[in-house]
Amino acid sequence: MKKYQGIRILNGKVSFLVDKHALRVLVGLIIGAAILFLASAGMGEMNISPLTVLKVFFGGGSEMDRLVVQSFRLPRIIVALMVGMALAVAGGLLQGMVRNPLASPDILGMTGGAAVAVVGFLAMFSDENNALTVSIKWMPAAAFIGAAVIALLVYSLAWKDGVSPVRLVLIGIGISTLMQALTTLMMILGPIYRASQANIWITGTVHGSTWNNVAIIVPVTLLLMAMAFMMARTVNIQELGDDIATGAGSMVQHQRFLLLAISTGLVGCSVAFAGGIGFVGLMAPHMARRLVGSAFGALLPVSALIGGILVMLADLIGRTVFSPLEVPAGVFTASIGAPYFIYLLYKTRNA
Amino acid sequence: MMTQAIATEKLTLSYGDTIIINEMDLRIPRGEITVFIGGNGSGKSTLLRSIARLLKPRSGSVLLDGEEISRLSTKEIARKMAILPQAPLAPEGLTVLQLVKQGRFPYQSWLKQWSEQDEEKVMGALKATGIDGLQDRPVDSLSGGQRQRVWIAMTLAQDTDIILLDEPTTYLDMTHQIEILDLLFELNEKEGRTILMVLHDLNLACRYAHNVVAIKDQRIYDQGKPEHVVNSQLVKNVFGMDCDVAVDPLFGTPLCIPYGKGRIIKKGVTAHAY
Repeated sequence: MKKYQGIRILNGKVSFLVDKHALRVLVGLIIGAAILFLASAGMGEMNISPLTVLKVFFGGGSEMDRLVVQSFRLPRIIVALMVGMALAVAGGLLQGMVRNPLASPDILGMTGGAAVAVVGFLAMFSDENNALTVSIKWMPAAAFIGAAVIALLVYSLAWKDGVSPVRLVLIGIGISTLMQALTTLMMILGPIYRASQANIWITGTVHGSTWNNVAIIVPVTLLLMAMAFMMARTVNIQELGDDIATGAGSMVQHQRFLLLAISTGLVGCSVAFAGGIGFVGLMAPHMARRLVGSAFGALLPVSALIGGILVMLADLIGRTVFSPLEVPAGVFTASIGAPYFIYLLYKTRNA
Repeated sequence: MMTQAIATEKLTLSYGDTIIINEMDLRIPRGEITVFIGGNGSGKSTLLRSIARLLKPRSGSVLLDGEEISRLSTKEIARKMAILPQAPLAPEGLTVLQLVKQGRFPYQSWLKQWSEQDEEKVMGALKATGIDGLQDRPVDSLSGGQRQRVWIAMTLAQDTDIILLDEPTTYLDMTHQIEILDLLFELNEKEGRTILMVLHDLNLACRYAHNVVAIKDQRIYDQGKPEHVVNSQLVKNVFGMDCDVAVDPLFGTPLCIPYGKGRIIKKGVTAHAY
């Protein structure tokens, strides 16, 4: 059987070469994500059957069921799904652009920049009684600005007749370290109550997500992801190196800036609402590569679903296994992610 | 149509303040194989990169079909000229088809990624390079010679009249070197494509090239048919090496035999042909 199927519609105005295996994987993951979504909405301190959850989705169920599912669980599950997808797609874009499988939003300093912004926000807008002088709703905005400013800083510092991937990574690592130091410094200088609040945020959690958050994160993430999918072709060619990409007619620097902007937007949006959930941006594209190979047309959507599943799962475990204690989702992504990272290095030690 | 495919006018190239090529006027004939020869660091690869617009000139210009490349869009250039850089690396797990398909980049858009013409050119390129049986294999699982064929197939899929290659035979053993050069020679013979490449091996350059350009001290030392320009004087001046230039007993092309040490098992058989 042939591995690929060409598809041409509208008199050849639209044409794609579809990897059949990747398509099957994609469908499988969509089903998996949907099942997890349902299960997650039903599980917690009060267990609700999947059938009832479905009824609630369509306006049925008891008032209690509706309250638990709609007000408490759905917003955080949707945010978890979006955050996972955003981080995974951003990670995939960065890995392709930088041509290094170890690239991730954390390495390029974006997460670090957001963390400093949040800690700085908490320190700056607290009065003597440790009460915030402005609404906590502004915290996501601070995180987004922090991520964007640092991404821009790293980008401009790496510039020398264009941006080379290696310089981007090295400068990113340098800035990241600096950001960590700044974060720690501000946490020590600030009041202890703020430090623990900041710490939970830095670890990453979708606890306390609201429908207002959903209303922002869903359109922004979906839009940026759609742009990323449209640019899959240029990531593919960039992954062959600057010389080949230029030779094949890609405007490498121009595209690289766009791709960086898209990934910054995705990361900024996700850290804004869920903090520094780590390792998803690194792990998800890798798992996806194992499943469907290196072509980004398939790799990006598959990574997105894997990322969404990872964060939803981490959140589900975090709020059920240690109940009534709630463990931030970031703890679980890191505790799956770090060993996976080591396994990855271990596996490639001979390569 | 102009007789030259590529020309440079007072082209000066530099890395920082170091001048690599100085005010060079170069003409590359259409429909022929041209090879840049020169010692290490002579700037032949730099010159090739600059012609491929991978390096901006310090001054002067490169003309493609008589038009300055700095005035053309990178996509337009990509439809006329393909470049295969030295020792490219394929991403892990990418299949042959997925790689070769990317040669179609300058003809595609995000909605149009596999037109009938794309399919035809990609399949043609796979067949011409003899790798059509390998399409679904990951590139990183292939041998060095096969892998180089895949990259050449990608440049062929780009469907350009001009193909530039920077040392396409590096890291290949002798069998595969000949295989790759034969393939390029055939492409030129059958389809009349203009091929411009850098080769390290002077003898292979003499065998396959219609035209060699010897580069020395930032300029063209000499240019022409190998049988007219390659002699011991040129080798001495360009490579700084003493040698005899004999006639290749099979092809009749110049064959450079360096002086120096080595076992001598038969005395007095030197041939001064060129």
